[in-house]
Amino acid sequence: MSMNYDAAVAAYEPTLGLEVHVELNTKSKMFCSCSTEFGAEPNTQTCPVCLGLPGSLPVVNGKAIESSILIGLALNCSIAPFSRFARKNYFYPDMPKNFQTSQYDEPICVDGYLDVEIETDEGPKKFRVEIERVHMEEDTGKSLHVGGSTGRIHGAEYSLLDYNRAGIPLVEIVTRIVPGTGKYAPQVARAYVTELRDILRSLGVSDVKMEQGSLRCDANVSIAPIGSGKLGTRSETKNVNSLRSVERAVSGEIERQANRLESGERIIQETRHFLEESGQTRPGRSKETAEDYRYFPEPDLVPVTPDADWIEELRKRIPEKPSIRRKRLQEEWNVPAKEMESMVNAELLDVVEETVKLGSDATRARSWWLGEVSRLANEKEVAPTSLITAAQVAEVIALIAGGELTDKLARQVVEGVINGEGTPREVIDKRGLKVVSDDSALMVAIEAAIAAQPDTAERIRGGNIPAAGALIGAVMKATGGQADAAKVRELLLKHLGQG
Amino acid sequence: MAAISRDDVAHLARLSRIEMSDAELDHMASELGVILGAVARVQEVATDDIPPTSHAIPLHNVFREDVVKPSLTPEESLSGAPATDGPRFKVPQILGEAE
Repeated sequence: MSMNYDAAVAAYEPTLGLEVHVELNTKSKMFCSCSTEFGAEPNTQTCPVCLGLPGSLPVVNGKAIESSILIGLALNCSIAPFSRFARKNYFYPDMPKNFQTSQYDEPICVDGYLDVEIETDEGPKKFRVEIERVHMEEDTGKSLHVGGSTGRIHGAEYSLLDYNRAGIPLVEIVTRIVPGTGKYAPQVARAYVTELRDILRSLGVSDVKMEQGSLRCDANVSIAPIGSGKLGTRSETKNVNSLRSVERAVSGEIERQANRLESGERIIQETRHFLEESGQTRPGRSKETAEDYRYFPEPDLVPVTPDADWIEELRKRIPEKPSIRRKRLQEEWNVPAKEMESMVNAELLDVVEETVKLGSDATRARSWWLGEVSRLANEKEVAPTSLITAAQVAEVIALIAGGELTDKLARQVVEGVINGEGTPREVIDKRGLKVVSDDSALMVAIEAAIAAQPDTAERIRGGNIPAAGALIGAVMKATGGQADAAKVRELLLKHLGQG
Repeated sequence: MAAISRDDVAHLARLSRIEMSDAELDHMASELGVILGAVARVQEVATDDIPPTSHAIPLHNVFREDVVKPSLTPEESLSGAPATDGPRFKVPQILGEAE
């Protein structure tokens, strides 16, 4: 017998809790000046501090504190006037110090919330996710387990360590349990992580790339019989590396736990690993001893005491909430939700907004950034915004609107700008890309086309207007695409007595 | 007064991955007991109006600029390692099969 998701949530009430780890995008590490650049050769970004060598002394990265406070403020938290770092002791070689510098009972931000909206059977519904704490810590090194089954700890003969990541600033955002989601727990979890990701991105404090691990989510899930008023035993699912996986991991756990309870078994409090392929979870390492971290205040780092002026200064830098901004822009621009989504997903909303502010039509701005510019950026494997500026795209769009460029010529202009040939104006001049709008020049091409296809010209004279397409095509070809097709059509038909 | 039992020592030894004989456990329990006793005397002078101290010097907010400085070379980083494999540190298997 097996209980599917619908049956599970008909009998059990799920309870959700989420822990999100986010790597900050500072240039240097949390407690030393090593680079945080992703993808460097192993152990090339390490020093006595992040290797935990005797006599080394950590010093806090001020930018990381600032970013942490910004995150707290954006999540409606109180900023602690006094906060300390603590050592989290454990013997596991991903930290060479044998402890991770973290925060324990004195986190930098507490008591916030984030409202998320999801679609339900009864229409859109808002859920408040309360934030218990936001604390600072450092990321761990990367282990490679060799021998036994590939990549797994169990059965490994030895492990290889790269400490480049050890010491990169990490902020952990912990929710309180989210009650009352019912069957929507997976959607609420996904909406929360999505909204949080967008906020972190708008703050500019992290790359928030789940696939690269700069945003990681642990999902705590428990279930209890509906109406029992109790909380069940929870499991914690790690290795959830995409928004879709957040949703799948939560629904998968609800289903698994319901099936265990149905068959008379107990839920064990444990860490589980999400398996991307199957959407299932498998048990992780036992935590019975790992829980004993013997936290104590870090004696090498002095307390952090942000004063009110600093906090207010930072509060001014909090941008409009992304979900509110999206709604506002969608209304202003009058574009469909799908188009908004495509801009957000491509991380091009900011630059499209900038382009629109410079006078471009929103739909045109979107289509240039998501179309031609993105296509060229994909070819070069770089970000579209690194190729061309909003001002340049806005200029090209204005030139099209003014009739100076056709779409086809504009693509050449954009390509020229991207290839470093100068501003749009300069590219037009150098490449000679002006639209041929001079009637006499166009008439020469039109007469040549008629001379080459006299039969077609005769048909048009006889009233077969659609036949004009062939001649217009010939003129466009002769002018290298630099003519305005509508203008050519007008002149051609007039010349053949059909205007 | 603080006291540390033989079981406490055995638990700590296990967390620290240190193998200790029965004789050593007995010995350490009494030694650590003496040390804890000495430290516990601080509690005799601590009063309610003194918050727990983690730093002897009243310094706050000591921050660094977010500026990258050169790291060690991988050769330097690995030079103190008991074992290496290419550019990485090599360590024994992490968790026993029993865990």
